[in-house]
Amino acid sequence: MMRGGPSSRHVGTRAGDALATVVLSVGAVALLMPLVWMVSTALKGTAFVMLFPPQWIPHPFTLSPFLNAWKTMRFLRSLRNTVFLTVSNVVGVELTASMAAFAFARLRFPGRDLLFLILLSTMMLPATVLLIPTFILFKDIHWVNTYLPLIVPSFLGGGAFNIFLMRQFFTGVNSEIFDAARVDGCGYWSMYARIMLPSAKPAMLIVFVFTFIGSWNDFMGPLIYLNNTKLYPLTLQLQVFVGRHVVAWNDLMAGTLMVAIVPIIIFFFAQKNFTQGVVFTGIR
Amino acid sequence: MGVHLNTGTDAGGGRAATDLTRRPRRGSRLGRREAIAGYLFITPAMVGLVGLIAFPVLFAFYVSLTNYNFIHMHFVGLANYSKLLHDPLFWKSLGVTWYYVLVSIPLNLTVGLVLAMMLNRKIRGIGLFRTVYYLPSLVGGVAVSLLFLWLFNPNFGLINYLLSLLHIHGPQWLYSQRWVIPAIILMSLWGVGGSMLINLAALQGVPTELEEAARIDGASRVRIIWHVTLPMISPVILFNLILGIIGSFQIFTQAYVMTSGGPNNASLFYVLYLYENAFEFFKMGYASAMAWIMLVMLLILTLLVFRSSGAWVFYQSEIRGKEEAG
Repeated sequence: MMRGGPSSRHVGTRAGDALATVVLSVGAVALLMPLVWMVSTALKGTAFVMLFPPQWIPHPFTLSPFLNAWKTMRFLRSLRNTVFLTVSNVVGVELTASMAAFAFARLRFPGRDLLFLILLSTMMLPATVLLIPTFILFKDIHWVNTYLPLIVPSFLGGGAFNIFLMRQFFTGVNSEIFDAARVDGCGYWSMYARIMLPSAKPAMLIVFVFTFIGSWNDFMGPLIYLNNTKLYPLTLQLQVFVGRHVVAWNDLMAGTLMVAIVPIIIFFFAQKNFTQGVVFTGIR
Repeated sequence: MGVHLNTGTDAGGGRAATDLTRRPRRGSRLGRREAIAGYLFITPAMVGLVGLIAFPVLFAFYVSLTNYNFIHMHFVGLANYSKLLHDPLFWKSLGVTWYYVLVSIPLNLTVGLVLAMMLNRKIRGIGLFRTVYYLPSLVGGVAVSLLFLWLFNPNFGLINYLLSLLHIHGPQWLYSQRWVIPAIILMSLWGVGGSMLINLAALQGVPTELEEAARIDGASRVRIIWHVTLPMISPVILFNLILGIIGSFQIFTQAYVMTSGGPNNASLFYVLYLYENAFEFFKMGYASAMAWIMLVMLLILTLLVFRSSGAWVFYQSEIRGKEEAG
């Protein structure tokens, strides 16, 4: 056991730790089981999917569900669409949210705090209320069936949550470097680009991970704005797939796995540097 | 001198006030340059705030007073609202959604909190445990829905298979009026990792000295949790509660992908019905009226929660205030 007597950080007993380990292990198995089941189904031939009791380890093992899913979902095309949407959203949010956050954290101008407060309060606005008026707006300017309604909003601040998160971080950045730059006559844009952004990497990373995952998994936006199947991202293709092949569970699970795996990979790469990394690694 | 220039700013607090002393006066050329830069930096976000939030919210209200099907727009006053009050499906969707919210929120809050407390212990493999518990919340709505569509399959799904091992004949789940909402609630629990993580971050911010001191004074573990730990993280619980209510009220993808609102409208969630009205029946005015009713309802609810929070949410600054006063 890692715990070291009275110097240990957390209040708790050895018996409590043992109990927690048991409960957490049972819970972890329960949480992972759906994912294991998904992988298992995706590696089975159609004849072996509906066995009762089910097979956990596919025998015989086959990759054909992945090939079927690849074809049905027009995988490369949908992947390209999803990647395009995701990259655009990440760029837009990182750029415009950090700009606003910089101004709210470090520049002084009349009305600053009131505007920030108004912005913050929009976090509590149910997004559904904006659905119809925004649709009408984008329809009137002929943006329906293009990617613009799904991308442009990211370049307009990228949401109060991201601005708030970055502002909190910017406020904490050491102000001495900043004042020195000010004295040296450094312009505001270089203060932002050369001083703030490089020192705010952890906040940028959190925003990256959340925006990436949110955009990758977005369903309602593409559902409403895109009718042309050529423009469909992975999430929409996956849903279309169900309508047509509701019984091919192995193909469907293979497709689902191919879509779901990417955010998980991104998370594992980012995790090492996540500020919340403390939360994951258990250091502290 | 400069401190007095800090007019109308309270969010910046003391820190801002001190470093502002070195800054140019507002009226000066430099101050004006800074203000202009500030406005330029927030321009994209402000265009978004006005164009994509403020204007649409008001426009939605106007649309709700009309009948609009993308071709004709007639002003009808409050007719959409009075029609809604007599629409059984509106009441059905409201009831279904409240059922979901009222069960899933307390369940998710409690499980998220208990998990965070267990994951805040120093036990072997804690990093792995935390990752495993967070993992499902990375999987998107459509993928989760399809996965659970298969898991809940009454004949060949994993869940009924596991129940059969316990000699329980599992229900029809998504095909049963009675079990469809419990099934979706169970599914929401799979993604509890998100709120767990926020709670965990909050728990790590609780100073150990407080818990240690209580322990040395002979307080039991339960008393420490109840009187020290929970009050310390109560602002985060409030945050999770409010965002949880707003988020769960807007549940859509799960029902759209798995059940289309069935069977017999038993999973016709509010936003699903709103979506159908708007984008399948093209009743934009009617759907906008639904949106505004939701807005007002959630606003009242949020205010009530905030009101009640005075009684159960505890801010550290309160102690400091009391100490200074006393």
